[in-house]
Amino acid sequence: MPNFYTDNPDLKFHMNHPLMKKIVALKERNFADKVKYDYAPVDFEDTMDSYERVLDVVGEICGDIIAPNAEDIDEEGPEVRDNRVKYARGTEINLEAIRKAGLMGITLPRKYGGLNFSIVPYTMVADMVSRADAAFVNIWGLQDCAETIHEFASEKQKDRYLPRFCQGETGSMALTEPDAGSDLQSVQLKATYDKEKDQWYLNGVKRFITNGDGDISLVLARSEEGTKDGRGLSMFIYDNKKYHITKVRRIEHKLGIIGSPTCELVYRNTPAELVGSRRMGLIRYVMSLMNGARLGIAAQSVGIAEAAYREALAFAKEREQFGKPIIHFPAVYEMLSVMKSKLDASRSLLYETARFVDMYKAWFHISKERSLEKEERQEMKKYQQLAEAYTPLAKGLASEICNRIAYDALQIHGGSGFMKDYPIERIYRDARITSIYEGTTQLQVVAAIAGIARGTLLKQIREYEETKVKPELHTYRRMLVSMTEEFEHASGKVHETENKEFIDFHARRLVEMAGNIIMGYLLLLDTNRESRFWKSLEVFVRNARAENRERAEFIMISSINDLGRFKQEEH
Amino acid sequence: MEIIILMSVVPDTSVKIKLTADGLPDMKEIPWIINPWDELALTRALELKEDPGNTVNKVTLLHVGPSTHGQVLRKAMAMGADEAVRIEATPRDSYETAYHIVAFLQERAFDLVLAGIESSDYNGAAVGGLVAGMLDIPSVSAVTGIQTEGDKLHVVRETDGGRETLRMPLPLLAVVQKGIAKEPRMPSMRGLMMARKKNIHVIEPGAVDSLTEYARFELPPPKPPCHMVDATNPGELLELLENESKVIHLS
Ligand SMILES: Cc1cc2nc3c(=O)[nH]c(=O)nc-3n(C[C@H](O)[C@H](O)[C@H](O)COP(=O)(O)OP(=O)(O)OC[C@H]3O[C@@H](n4cnc5c(N)ncnc54)[C@H](O)[C@@H]3O)c2cc1C
Repeated sequence: MPNFYTDNPDLKFHMNHPLMKKIVALKERNFADKVKYDYAPVDFEDTMDSYERVLDVVGEICGDIIAPNAEDIDEEGPEVRDNRVKYARGTEINLEAIRKAGLMGITLPRKYGGLNFSIVPYTMVADMVSRADAAFVNIWGLQDCAETIHEFASEKQKDRYLPRFCQGETGSMALTEPDAGSDLQSVQLKATYDKEKDQWYLNGVKRFITNGDGDISLVLARSEEGTKDGRGLSMFIYDNKKYHITKVRRIEHKLGIIGSPTCELVYRNTPAELVGSRRMGLIRYVMSLMNGARLGIAAQSVGIAEAAYREALAFAKEREQFGKPIIHFPAVYEMLSVMKSKLDASRSLLYETARFVDMYKAWFHISKERSLEKEERQEMKKYQQLAEAYTPLAKGLASEICNRIAYDALQIHGGSGFMKDYPIERIYRDARITSIYEGTTQLQVVAAIAGIARGTLLKQIREYEETKVKPELHTYRRMLVSMTEEFEHASGKVHETENKEFIDFHARRLVEMAGNIIMGYLLLLDTNRESRFWKSLEVFVRNARAENRERAEFIMISSINDLGRFKQEEH
Repeated sequence: MEIIILMSVVPDTSVKIKLTADGLPDMKEIPWIINPWDELALTRALELKEDPGNTVNKVTLLHVGPSTHGQVLRKAMAMGADEAVRIEATPRDSYETAYHIVAFLQERAFDLVLAGIESSDYNGAAVGGLVAGMLDIPSVSAVTGIQTEGDKLHVVRETDGGRETLRMPLPLLAVVQKGIAKEPRMPSMRGLMMARKKNIHVIEPGAVDSLTEYARFELPPPKPPCHMVDATNPGELLELLENESKVIHLS
């Protein structure tokens, strides 16, 4: 199998973005670690070279081990034995390879055994692993839990848990319950404090927990008796490796990502440790945890879309009907070029978001070490807002695009795509989850519309608009400028009603319009750096313009009185 | 004891090589990898080094090739080799490669040299034997197992229908094949970063002429299209096998 890094030059392109210089300098605190660790980089070039080498090896592991295992894992799946999860055999092999290569905990500081990687290369690993096996990436990606512990736990807890992630232990995040899905404020799992033993205990049930039998678990629970909303919830660490007493009652039988065990967990007097302050569990820590995980799902979406596009392209070149390869039919080549343009656009949005998160996180950690200067504080604030606005945008859009690409990729296969004979059948099933977990698309829209209302997205669009580009790109910039005008118009009309229901009704349309403009600009700037993206830019902006026009048209002729027309009868 | 690995760098085996306009292999933008057999040899050498029951204390890579192969060498270092030597030359045939290796080895002490049975690019299968011959040291080919025993070596070879184990004195050159190690070792991420600081010695080559030159390269003929036969129709299959591909004769 090919190397998933070297066979996809787009990855290296995003790795070499101009902002990386600043990200690396902040993340490495001007290379202070070089005197303490013989594997720490000495300068920017050295850091980028390390990233490159690591990505190259990950690409090899993806091509040689993870991708070839995907089909068997999908067939075999994990199972529950004596209330414990047993992974499929291929999953064990993948984990072994990842552990041996030292790919767990790579974003953590070196003092815990990590590699102090920034979010961009970490996201790129997720991108490649998802292309190889979208189910396996979940088990690997749950090291996001370590990031949250690193951000909010006490020094003692960090010393205790973080090195374990680096040594290859896996995590899980236990938030969802039967009656608390999108609405996590209604979590019921009970946390009680035993004063005498100075110990917290958990009681209750969690459902749909990915890798629920993982070694280290973050659990959202109600610590404040009598409360009903999010302010009564706290976050806990449960050491499943040490206690091994939560029971996996069952794992779900599901449509896709079959290799990733989705568990129902029963907690009965399960000992746990509080993270940070009581009552901050949902409003602060889970929000941060979910933002990290959402970026991960955006990466998963892009990786799956990459796999789907490649399958479709290869098939369309091979398959002949009416005496010629089907790629020569307009209906087929259009599908392929639209897929490719959306794939490139969503990948560009993914890495733009990753860079914003990197900038914000780096300043956040520095601010815990020393107080920031005024400009530094402003910069942190700027990137925090951008990260918060872009993360739901990237997750929401990339996952929907991924589903669309998987759908068309299967379509190009015709009847063969419906059969188990081709990988696209599995890829299509795996794609489906991306727009559901870590918050459905509808919930991403709820978060992203705030970025529109606050003006964060528009401000960033203006910044793209003002970037100098080559003369041959001016036509496309003009198109994007007029799309932005149209968007402002539509958004103005919706927001000026100040009617929450009306705003919610049109929120997805507005978010998608803004997303199209942003992705259009990102492709424009990519093309400005490398002409390879011309074709994707041309196809993407043409489509985006038509899509936005349709949405704008819908919004401009709609009024609050319309809402009743769309409501379903209750019975 | 020091083990020296003769390592060649080859195009990624999943890449389809094209020819340039003047009929030479087009090596532009080719991803390079460690020759698979050499990678296994290196893996086995590292296993021996890590096994406390052994006297192996150093593993050195020896490569003849241009600086563009440096990254591959670094990856091999990240697997755990202690030192690497690259002889700055682009050899045109196996003799030239062997000549450079021999010139280097004649100037230093060594115990065990491991070479892969062939390289996956030109499949010459000649360098190992040539080096042993030119150095005038014992060599053994098609080796699938190595174990040290004091200053001797146990060498396992697959033979037709069985297996033989030889006890051999050092210095020795062993040409190894698949089976010498189970799976190639994965370089660790930390190793990759440290490898940058490990030494890769670059040595200027001596003057030598190749003994052969390439007259022409040809690509394999394109595969004919696949013909699907319905499983319920064995008659058609037999018909095709007899009359079209002419591999069976029925009547
Ligand atoms: C395979 C899998 C793995 C998972 N892994 C984990 C895990 O590791 N940890 C974990 O904690 N959870 C996990 N989940 C749970 C997942 O995050 C939830 O399923 C998801 O957030 C949706 O919640 P729900 O299923 O209860 O749907 P509901 O919240 O009941 O939603 C049903 C529908 O209503 C819509 N809806 C709900 N509220 C609104 C609103 N305010 N505005 C507009 N529309 C709305 C939704 O978009 C959806 O279409 C997993 C789920 C699956 C399927």
